[in-house]
Amino acid sequence: MTRSKIYCALFSALFTTVIAILPVSLEAKTLRYASQDDPQTLDPHSANLLPTNRVLSQVYEGLVMRDKNFKIIPGLAVSWSQPDPKTWRFKLRPNVKFHEGQAFTADDVVFSVERALHPLSQLKSSLQGVQTAKKVDNLTVDLIMKEPNPVLLNHLFQFRIASKEWAAKNKSEIPQNYKDREDTFSSRNTNGTGPFKVTLRQPDVKTVLVANADWWNKNSPEKGNLTQVDLLPVKSNATRAAALLSGEVDFVLDPPPQDIARLKGNPNIKIVEGVEARFQYLAFDSNRSELLYSDVKGKNPLKDVKVRQAIAHAIDVEAIKEKVMRGLAVPTGSVVPPGVQGYSKDADKRPAFDKEKAKKLLTEAGYPNGFSITLDCGNIQPAADICQAIPPMLSQVGIRATPNIVPQATFFPKIQKFDTSMYLLSWGAATYDALYNLQLLLHTSTGENTGFGDSNYGRYSNPKLDDLIKKIGVESDMKKRDGMIRDASTIITNDVALLPIHLPLVPWAMRKNVDAVFAPNNVAYFFRFKLN
Amino acid sequence: MNDSLKRFFDGDIWWSFKQHPLVMIAAVTALLCILASAFAPLVAPHNPFDLKTLNLLDAFTPPSWTTNGKAQFLLGTDDQGRDVLSTIMYGSRVSLVVGICAVLLAMLIGITLGLISGYVGGSVDAFIMRVADIQLSFPAILIALLIDGVARVALPKGMHDQLAVYVLVFAIAASGWVQYARTVRGSTLVERNKEYVQAARVIGRKPLAIMFSHVLPNVTGPVLVLATLHVGTAIITEATLSFLGVGVPPTQPSLGTLIRIGNDFLFSGEWWITVFPGAALVILVLSINVLGDWLRDALNPKLR
Repeated sequence: MTRSKIYCALFSALFTTVIAILPVSLEAKTLRYASQDDPQTLDPHSANLLPTNRVLSQVYEGLVMRDKNFKIIPGLAVSWSQPDPKTWRFKLRPNVKFHEGQAFTADDVVFSVERALHPLSQLKSSLQGVQTAKKVDNLTVDLIMKEPNPVLLNHLFQFRIASKEWAAKNKSEIPQNYKDREDTFSSRNTNGTGPFKVTLRQPDVKTVLVANADWWNKNSPEKGNLTQVDLLPVKSNATRAAALLSGEVDFVLDPPPQDIARLKGNPNIKIVEGVEARFQYLAFDSNRSELLYSDVKGKNPLKDVKVRQAIAHAIDVEAIKEKVMRGLAVPTGSVVPPGVQGYSKDADKRPAFDKEKAKKLLTEAGYPNGFSITLDCGNIQPAADICQAIPPMLSQVGIRATPNIVPQATFFPKIQKFDTSMYLLSWGAATYDALYNLQLLLHTSTGENTGFGDSNYGRYSNPKLDDLIKKIGVESDMKKRDGMIRDASTIITNDVALLPIHLPLVPWAMRKNVDAVFAPNNVAYFFRFKLN
Repeated sequence: MNDSLKRFFDGDIWWSFKQHPLVMIAAVTALLCILASAFAPLVAPHNPFDLKTLNLLDAFTPPSWTTNGKAQFLLGTDDQGRDVLSTIMYGSRVSLVVGICAVLLAMLIGITLGLISGYVGGSVDAFIMRVADIQLSFPAILIALLIDGVARVALPKGMHDQLAVYVLVFAIAASGWVQYARTVRGSTLVERNKEYVQAARVIGRKPLAIMFSHVLPNVTGPVLVLATLHVGTAIITEATLSFLGVGVPPTQPSLGTLIRIGNDFLFSGEWWITVFPGAALVILVLSINVLGDWLRDALNPKLR
């Protein structure tokens, strides 16, 4: 009897302990997040690619951030002023610490500006117009401009601040050379000030983010309750949808368009739909005197505007929207998407789908029998599907196109080395200002990362457009500026410098218990997410 | 010629064939599959690889007997607007070529090594058989994946797509030769001490000549059975590799590639894109396996 009483007491003691511990362990809120993409690198300044930005914007922060409604608000800077047109003064937030404990000071800002302006950085555009940074005191920094930039704050949204001390300790003072697939400490490790830190990084397998308990902004009203996020790259469309249906993951960033209807029909799943300022486009090598991947020798057909127009007329965007995107797209003709500063309806005109006209233009250009060409694409949906849908359309007007779909990790270094004749890509207006698109995609490329033409891998060049882009960059009268952007967009459309196809509509799919806040740049900001 | 034909029709095998209706059905099915794929350009309703004839607006057309089906696409169309029936015909072509070539290559390697191993014996035998044992401890698909992976790195980028079929044949053959080597070695061990072999040795024939012109004809029975069954396995291995995306390039899809493409549309209800290539694969491999099983029984004197 006594023995069983002891057991009983022991048991109840144990039970109360368990009960006492339970609420704590219940508080662990892990979001299992799946998308088809994996960040290409973790270096804060080496590659300006969306999957990388999606992860790094949870870890690193800049001087400014955006709120729920995507308005610019103070980030690591508490306030700013413009003492003179060529100087921006930022007061920094005190008592901010990096994940590894280093205090955040003006030195880190000056260092990060230098790092982001390094020749190897692909994020020079995040400091558009900035020449250098100067420390005023421990918590004040001046950005010295080489030319005025009326929308500097929009650009600064992409600027990430890393710790000087940490970089020096780990010999990562300069950005990783992404183009040559260099492997550095900073491409595998992070140390930011943001709401999450990377605790595990297995490329193409899993990346784990753990909430930063000491985050300076943890009392923000927008703050959710996640303590951990497991980022899982799931390449296969069907597997991604199945994982969500079975509850193996909680959130899918990019559910396959064909499965939206089915997912919507499931009571445990909800879809949050949004519009992203991103467009899918075709770009052409209009620089070489002979294409690398074509049977035309001695000349480059894509240099001829008529050939580019023919391609534009040959593509049936409505069919792509209907069959590949299942309606989740808005055909567009402009490189400045709606919602972006400088958008104008007049410039958003698409060449009509007209096979006869395309054939006629090809004949006029001297290619009555067409020519062959390779279309390069990354193996990511829906790009890969669009990439397969376009060659039959081009074949029908005589252009024998072959799709070449390669893994993303091969695709980007390939096109960044201009090793392409024609490629399909999508581009997001990260700053929500037209200049970003014009300057990076369409200004003449120098082959270096200068902030001008960095992403112009077809090396389209038009001196008139270059002039206009330079003028837009320094114009502070917004009305005049918008007019110049419209002129630039019209030149681009008429010259088919790029061929925009459509703006994808973005559905996020998640389990019912996930509270997600859609951001128009198609980035899931996990600190705003809630798990119920 | 007439004489040997007559002997065949009078023989046990033909008699056994006539006794088994299932085997006859399997033989007809396999023959139809082979003919349909061999003459695909002539009999297929469309040429799915002629980009000029494709129309994206035809994509996802369901089979012709369903409500939205179109008469010209009997089994419906895939995501690119290609006729599923035609892609199956062209696709099984790749599958069959890879399967049969892989088996022939595996036979060549296996029989040669098996004969040498059994006839020469000693340390040569021990060496070859230990290699075979080691290889048997790996699953065939793993070896095929390994060879494919190495080839992918070793070959220049542009070349890989063109050589994909050869790499695949080699990979599957390299993972399947062991069975032949073991079988042939076993039979050779039995045969080599028989009088006719000793007689050949006495009159001074060279070992190689004895192996190939005297021993080999007497060990081919089991090899034939193995080969027939192996064609089925090889086709499945090829389909698995292509399903995993490491087989033939998408520009010349095999049945496995077609199933993989269709797999993306299973959830959204476009079942025909994956079900029909899958069914074609099952029918093809099943009929080959039925034939192989029957051949094994027919050639086994103990079961007669």
